[in-house]
Amino acid sequence: MSRLEPVFSACRAESRAALIGYLPAGYPTVEGSKDVLRTMVSSGCDLVEVGLPFSDPVMDGVTIQRAAEQALRGGFRVRDLFGVVESVAAAGGRAVVMTYWNPVLAYGVDRFARDLAAAGGLGVITPDLVPDEGAEWIAATDAHDLDRIFLVAPSSTEERIALTARSSRGFLYATSVMGVTGARDVVSSAAPALVKRVREHTDMPIGVGLGVRNGAQAAELAAFADGVIVGSAFVSAVQDDTVAALTEELASGVRQAAAAV
Amino acid sequence: MARGQLAPTPHDPDERGHFGPWGGRFMPEALIAAVDELAAFYEKARVDPEFLDEFARLLRDFAGRPSLLTEAPKFAAHAGGARIFLKREDLNHTGSHKINNVLGQALLTKRMGKKRVIAETGAGQHGVATATACALMGLDCVVYMGEVDTERQALNVARMRLLGARVIPVKTGSRTLKDAINEALRDWVANVDDTHYLLGTAAGPHPFPVLVRDFHRIIGIEAREQILEKAGRLPDVVAACVGGGSNAIGIFHGFIDDPSVRLVGLEPGGDGIDTDRHGATLTAGTPGSLHGAMSYVLQDEDGQIAEAHSISAGLDYPGVGPEHAFLKDSGRAEYRPVTDAQAMEAFALLSREEGIIPAVESAHALAGALVLGRELGPDGLILVNLSGRGDKDMDTAIKWFGLGVES
Ligand SMILES: Cc1ncc(COP(=O)(O)O)c(C=O)c1O
Repeated sequence: MSRLEPVFSACRAESRAALIGYLPAGYPTVEGSKDVLRTMVSSGCDLVEVGLPFSDPVMDGVTIQRAAEQALRGGFRVRDLFGVVESVAAAGGRAVVMTYWNPVLAYGVDRFARDLAAAGGLGVITPDLVPDEGAEWIAATDAHDLDRIFLVAPSSTEERIALTARSSRGFLYATSVMGVTGARDVVSSAAPALVKRVREHTDMPIGVGLGVRNGAQAAELAAFADGVIVGSAFVSAVQDDTVAALTEELASGVRQAAAAV
Repeated sequence: MARGQLAPTPHDPDERGHFGPWGGRFMPEALIAAVDELAAFYEKARVDPEFLDEFARLLRDFAGRPSLLTEAPKFAAHAGGARIFLKREDLNHTGSHKINNVLGQALLTKRMGKKRVIAETGAGQHGVATATACALMGLDCVVYMGEVDTERQALNVARMRLLGARVIPVKTGSRTLKDAINEALRDWVANVDDTHYLLGTAAGPHPFPVLVRDFHRIIGIEAREQILEKAGRLPDVVAACVGGGSNAIGIFHGFIDDPSVRLVGLEPGGDGIDTDRHGATLTAGTPGSLHGAMSYVLQDEDGQIAEAHSISAGLDYPGVGPEHAFLKDSGRAEYRPVTDAQAMEAFALLSREEGIIPAVESAHALAGALVLGRELGPDGLILVNLSGRGDKDMDTAIKWFGLGVES
């Protein structure tokens, strides 16, 4: 059973996509990230992705790299992650964690899953773990009843999309462009085609991310995806102190698509 | 002649690149198609006579192979009298072993129909070799180099530019080799359709550890024949420096099935492995995944990757190729740290005694040989992989020894 199923079915009942917002834990500080995430939840994120800052984030563009660096320089420790997740749950929000694989290995694969589940986390997105290498992770997430979200990309073959869909639970993360995180001016044309291909393999919800930064883009993605994932734009909004406004804009964006249909 | 250097061996990893628990592919899905494609092209190429001939021709007519084997008796006198032979990769075109791998991968790039090559570089040797091969074969070339390294290896930056490559200084993280690899991977994800990532060492996701190793196996194949001819027997020890591990794995493979030959990798001990300023991954690291593979990694208890420290930019890396992790665990190879001071002493000694200025990287292997020679005694026979020449290291030497103009 998927822990995230209620999130997506509630959105589906409103004929809209879910808004999924990302923020690195520990950014700008541990307490500061709890505040920002609470604002994201109360202003309209259906789900938050709590990022685990990592020293070598190869899938991230410069905005998230800098935020992770700042968190680590501020003394962020992996154990702080669980407190951040707990505070989201306590505020009535729903949280998954987004993490590179090495910190999970270092913490202990089963221990990580156990402690995250205990903190109220619902699942984990692993951008540099493919299902082929995921046997231990699949066992741990099964044991602790966490969703596991693997990624598909425009370059994924049909065979790999099928494998990834089979191995995931909760939703599938479709990276809409070939590239790293970072806000972009235009939504990629590869995204609709990728989502269409993925739907031939699964009826699991599909979240689309990479590059979204405003309500119009969110509306565009919401027309064909089940979840719209926004990352770098939230990090920038923390700097500009516009998190609530951005969340509201994106939340109305994911609702516009339904209105337009 | 390549003499079967790319032929499959009993030491190859499984189909997905695992050497026991090491290796594999810990990397974004977006790049899996590219490494699958590379693996498929390589599997065909390694048994294709046309590819093998073309590669052999380039190694001979462009890189200048076979490289010499030179005995170093005056240097060896400082090593307890053991005989020491040097495999002269410093004499290859561009000045190091790196050219072997680069020519192989550039040929593969052509086969895959890609027009653009990206690479990371630490010391600049791999960047220079890559820029060279791209000039030769008409490929666009972009080299990522940590900002710290562009400063300590300014000469190589100029060489790359002259060869037509774009050098991009990397200003994130520790601004050294690992960050250059991160940046190259980010470029690759965005441009994978027309771009090959020409990785410079026997690390990274499958198939890089295998194909980089294979392109360097020529070192061990030649050296084994040469030392049998010159010394009349197999060496007791083969010594090589280990950064990511490519020159070491290339020479080790020539002797891996000779149980009497000890394979010894020398790691950058920096200020000493009892300090936190070193790069001795196999000696002091713990299992982890970095840049696409499981191997030993220098990291803190949270799994954050540590900054390596070494006087040699080419060894300044907190990871290491997965086959070395396997050889360490199996006991087939041993790994020891060499401090900056020991390496620089050997650097000066080889220059003075033999008239050969080694790369500071290779000086780590030489320093190891000095210690190993004393352990073996006068009957000992040591083969050292002299992976590169030291011209690029003159700034480092000037600073270390105070070699300014006499006043
Ligand atoms: C001369 C020389 N030797 C050794 C190395 C270390 O690399 P590897 O361990 O892959 O041989 C380098 C890397 O730049 C180098 O330039």
